[in-house]
Amino acid sequence: MSAPAPSMFTPVAEAMAEKSGLKMGRANLDEFAATLMELAKANANIVAVTSDSRGSGKLGPFGQALPRQLVEVGIAEQNLVGITAGLAACGKKSFGVSPACFLTARSLEQIKNDVCYSDVPATLVGISAGVSYGALGSTHHSLHDLAVMRAIHNVSVVVPADNVETRAAIHATAKSTKPMYVRFGKAAMYTLHSPEMKFEIGKAITLREGNDVAFIATGETVVHALLAAGQLAERGVKSRVISMHTVKPLDAETVLRAAKECRAVITVEEHSVHGGLGEACAGLLMQAGANVRFRIVGIPDEDTVTGAQADIFRHYGISMEGLEMLAHSLISPIRPM
Amino acid sequence: MTDRELQLKSVHLRKKTLEAIFEAGAGHTGGGLSCLDILNVLYNRILKVSPETFSSATRDRYVQSKGHSVEALYAVLADRGFFSEAELKTICHYKSHFVGHPTRHIPGIEMNTGALGHGLPICVGMALAAKMDHASYRVFTLLGDGELAEGSNWEAGLAAAHYKLDNLTAIIDHNTLQISGRTHDVCSNEPLDEKWRSFGWAVKVVNGHNFAELTEALSKPAEAGKPTCVIANTVKGKGVSFMEDVAKWHHGVPSEAELKQALGELDAAEKKLQEAA
Repeated sequence: MSAPAPSMFTPVAEAMAEKSGLKMGRANLDEFAATLMELAKANANIVAVTSDSRGSGKLGPFGQALPRQLVEVGIAEQNLVGITAGLAACGKKSFGVSPACFLTARSLEQIKNDVCYSDVPATLVGISAGVSYGALGSTHHSLHDLAVMRAIHNVSVVVPADNVETRAAIHATAKSTKPMYVRFGKAAMYTLHSPEMKFEIGKAITLREGNDVAFIATGETVVHALLAAGQLAERGVKSRVISMHTVKPLDAETVLRAAKECRAVITVEEHSVHGGLGEACAGLLMQAGANVRFRIVGIPDEDTVTGAQADIFRHYGISMEGLEMLAHSLISPIRPM
Repeated sequence: MTDRELQLKSVHLRKKTLEAIFEAGAGHTGGGLSCLDILNVLYNRILKVSPETFSSATRDRYVQSKGHSVEALYAVLADRGFFSEAELKTICHYKSHFVGHPTRHIPGIEMNTGALGHGLPICVGMALAAKMDHASYRVFTLLGDGELAEGSNWEAGLAAAHYKLDNLTAIIDHNTLQISGRTHDVCSNEPLDEKWRSFGWAVKVVNGHNFAELTEALSKPAEAGKPTCVIANTVKGKGVSFMEDVAKWHHGVPSEAELKQALGELDAAEKKLQEAA
């Protein structure tokens, strides 16, 4: 038997999660698949398109229950997006589901032209995003997708943090007539919200109030910021934790308020430090004339270290411990270099 | 509409296409003239679509994959009443809705195209939607032969046969020229008919300037359970002597003198057709 994948959380982080009352949910991927199936059972117009990815997309049961609503195109991501767009143009609410690494690189031109420029009601679902595939290497990582999708007009970019946000995002896009890109990973996630949580595309959710340091995090990094906030509180540091589930359009008001009210702002994302949430916030704050200590946490522009997702997160400080340490250094009286 | 009426219309539309490109100061002349007779037959004999029915869910769909031949498409759509012919003068002008490639801002246009290799996958999606809805509309796309080097066409070719999309017809504007020269010199894709047959398509080869042959090939699916590929043998720059079969007219824009000469040739062709009646 192979060794189990390393945990995303150290025993100390797990203890903090328990203390904070967080319960472990399922993978956002599983939540997505279950939500899409529920919606598709109620609406025959919903169609999933897969590129030999129904297994990795957890859509096997969908295909068995609703065979007429699943289109398999084989390993052909360009075709996947073109077909998803054509279905949407003819009245279907189509979901193109493929690993984020292939979907947003190989078929970027189809995303740009067939979906976004043509303005059809298609949803592109990037599964196993970021470094979910861990040691499989950079071919399988999507550390560019937020950057490229941000630079394409007419698409919302949504990165849910937990099962509740994932479910809400899929419900929102199922009702939308506009292009949307949703990306998430495949590791089990702590549940951060109550099921009644109000979710709106483009409106960040503040999970915790505080004025010393603000963590603006997206996707599956939000939990690490929330745990860091718990640790920091024990040392008297009050942290604000914002789930920026919509990277585009960015909730500018929430970012600007955080910069105004807090002594430091730290952005966190499972993405290259180039072109993602961090630089979106930096651009906004710079142009608004904000004067705040600011750091972007993400994957640096280098050959990504080999390891499981948890190893990679820890290596680059996307962890409770890493974020706690960064926050301390950032708000210390001696201004960090 | 009789063949002769279509022939006369094609001469008129060629003039409009050339005038539009001249006014725009940009455009794709050679490919527009090579596919014009195909568009004329599609919009006047085949497609169940009109300005009145364009919002109907059951209209036939046409997606121009070789989006660069948009001036010819604009001319045909104006002639069919989707918008006024006067608007052709605004193509590519500052703030015009008439971009140098098809966009859905223009009445009658289904999808934004221009990057090559996109039309066929989109049409596979459209044809699948029709099958899912048990709708009887047909889906057509027009591809350039040079465009076939884009691998996405072949991905879509596999899927269309796999899903038995006999409501889908792909027309290849087979003028054998692309921007850099002869397609067989740039990157040979022959024999096209065997390739598409081996992909599971029903294939018809026609003269792309013969209205009867085009009509016969396009009026119904070639074979139940198979998508149809119509290879239309055409001449790039068709209808203007100095543009015919010359690669440089791929995106050449006529000078005032060249436009005058081209329109003169087309006037003469028109007169000849009228006299023959």
